[in-house]
Amino acid sequence: MSGSTPEQPAPGRPALSDDGRGPARTLADGVRLPTTVRWLLAKVVGAVFVLWAVATLIFFGIRLIPGDPAEAILGGPGSQASPEALEQVRRDYGLDQPLLVQYFTQLGRLVQGDLGDSYSLRMPVAELLGNQLPGTLLLSALALLVAWLLALGLAGWSTLNGKAAAVVASGLEIAAAAVPHFWLASILILLFSNTLGWLPPVSTNSADGLVLPVLALALPLAGFLGQVMRESMLNAMTSPFALSARARGEGETGVLFRHALRHAALPGIALSGWAFGSLLSGAVVVESIFARPGLGRTLLNAVTLRDIPLVTGVALVSALAYVVVMAASDVAERAADPRLRAA
Amino acid sequence: MSIFSNKRNHQDPVLAGTSGAAGTPDVAATPGTPGAPGTMGTLGPTRSLRRVSGLRAVELGAAAVALFLVLAACFPTLLAPFDPLAINPADSFQGPSSKHWFGTDESGRDIYSRVIHGARPSLLIGAAATAIGVGLALVLGTLAGLGGRWLDFGVGRILEVLFALPGLLLALVFIALAGPGITTSVVAVGLSTAPGYARIIRGQISQVRSSAMVEAAVVLGRRPAQVLFRHILPNALSPVFVLGTLGLGQAVVWASSLSFLGLGAPPPAAEWGAMLAAGRTYLGTAWWMTFFPGVAIVLTAASSTVLGRALQRRVAGR
Repeated sequence: MSGSTPEQPAPGRPALSDDGRGPARTLADGVRLPTTVRWLLAKVVGAVFVLWAVATLIFFGIRLIPGDPAEAILGGPGSQASPEALEQVRRDYGLDQPLLVQYFTQLGRLVQGDLGDSYSLRMPVAELLGNQLPGTLLLSALALLVAWLLALGLAGWSTLNGKAAAVVASGLEIAAAAVPHFWLASILILLFSNTLGWLPPVSTNSADGLVLPVLALALPLAGFLGQVMRESMLNAMTSPFALSARARGEGETGVLFRHALRHAALPGIALSGWAFGSLLSGAVVVESIFARPGLGRTLLNAVTLRDIPLVTGVALVSALAYVVVMAASDVAERAADPRLRAA
Repeated sequence: MSIFSNKRNHQDPVLAGTSGAAGTPDVAATPGTPGAPGTMGTLGPTRSLRRVSGLRAVELGAAAVALFLVLAACFPTLLAPFDPLAINPADSFQGPSSKHWFGTDESGRDIYSRVIHGARPSLLIGAAATAIGVGLALVLGTLAGLGGRWLDFGVGRILEVLFALPGLLLALVFIALAGPGITTSVVAVGLSTAPGYARIIRGQISQVRSSAMVEAAVVLGRRPAQVLFRHILPNALSPVFVLGTLGLGQAVVWASSLSFLGLGAPPPAAEWGAMLAAGRTYLGTAWWMTFFPGVAIVLTAASSTVLGRALQRRVAGR
């Protein structure tokens, strides 16, 4: 899809001219802030917008659904909430107030970092999420690292070993990318916990407790990343600069490590925002299978119990994490690819 | 250059595939690095033939799998020896045998028959979710691609928000609002696939709009509606079928994940995700309950990827 280029800068992206070499001339005159500051400002504005939109969507979403929002907060019509409980919720959540008053009250609370109380766990949402976030971040970071290593390793191996290896690598990638997280997790438990007894089926933050969930998250991701990285590496290996490196007497392995590796990593870096998103999404399933505390499992429980304040909290935290990772991958991309850097 | 075509951070590799190879200008066919994408033209005839036939074998396999799945979805009774819902407690937890190829579950139901019968709901859910995703994306993408600057900006911001809740997260938030069930899970999966499609469709439409062909049609005095329906849409939409094929497998995976989590099809149904959810309880004793329905999902997703790629090459004229 190299053709889909007529694009305006995404929010969050600095307004650079098409070649990425300098600030676009959007303002004819006036004082200009340094590029980095403007970039940071744009990212922050973009993040605030996304968070506001997520909170707003959920706020109005729950009120658009037919039925009593108080009942929905208490777990839907099936929960058989008593009239007193409903009344309590209406008062607690200010549901007796006009809609706009409620909306701005909630926004005001969110701005102050008050995410409300979880209905099902009777705890402040912010505190809950603070406990759950580190585990999920650790899991995702490890899985991203492993996926990267697997994808790069497979790409390098297949590049150095010719066509048959390329067919094998392509097959492995497609198969890995097609495997659902939850099935892979079950099979890993079956193999390594139930049959071989090497690793525990329940995940903790200890080394052996992390292996299986990290693998369950990393393998499908490696399949996706590998497809993109391998192609980029192959392109680099057949490019003029690789040819000239060979002409200078560099061996294939040398060309691969000194020249093609960085090219293979570039799309991986560019996709790491997407990859992180897919890991967060996969964590929902993997954490619940391995009975591992974390953001994903919290979200799943919250969705099952229709604990709207908790759902809102998880959605906001993951959206924020996603926006931050996107910004970081932007920076990393510029660091890894001199061609993107401002002159 | 393909490296740069992947620069958009939101680009989804599921959909983008390895399409960036088309039109790479920097391919110098070097002996010793065979199989590089785009070098076909410069390789000897035998080699390129073998390369083509090698790819075809994989595609043939994928097509065979797809055909079998469609057959199973349309006429499950032809392929399945048993009733997928018939309970037979005497036969419960049987391992794979010549009678029960994939074994039996906790109520003595034949897993093979259930996998075959599961093709219809699983594929239907995936196809419906893909249709919803693509349909929504068409509306958003067309508005953004043709509606002018402000509309483009607005749609861009909507997509930005949807992208911030990647994959299952958006689907789960939607289910939290609307309540669990098959219909909700189909809409939820469709909704979470829509932004990826929409971004690609938008790019396609704005590319076609600025093409010489459309310019000529405008100069010749065609009415805007005519230009839109005769020139822009038909040309911008051919990739939509490719996207749909590529995305179908992922939609099946996501929908089955939701069923597995107990938010989609309810357990007694012979749907792959629901079967896996039931098998989870007996993972230690009856591995076949988990293994075989999962293989069906993997085969579906893999064949949809391979066929989508083949279609993509056709459309791109490679």
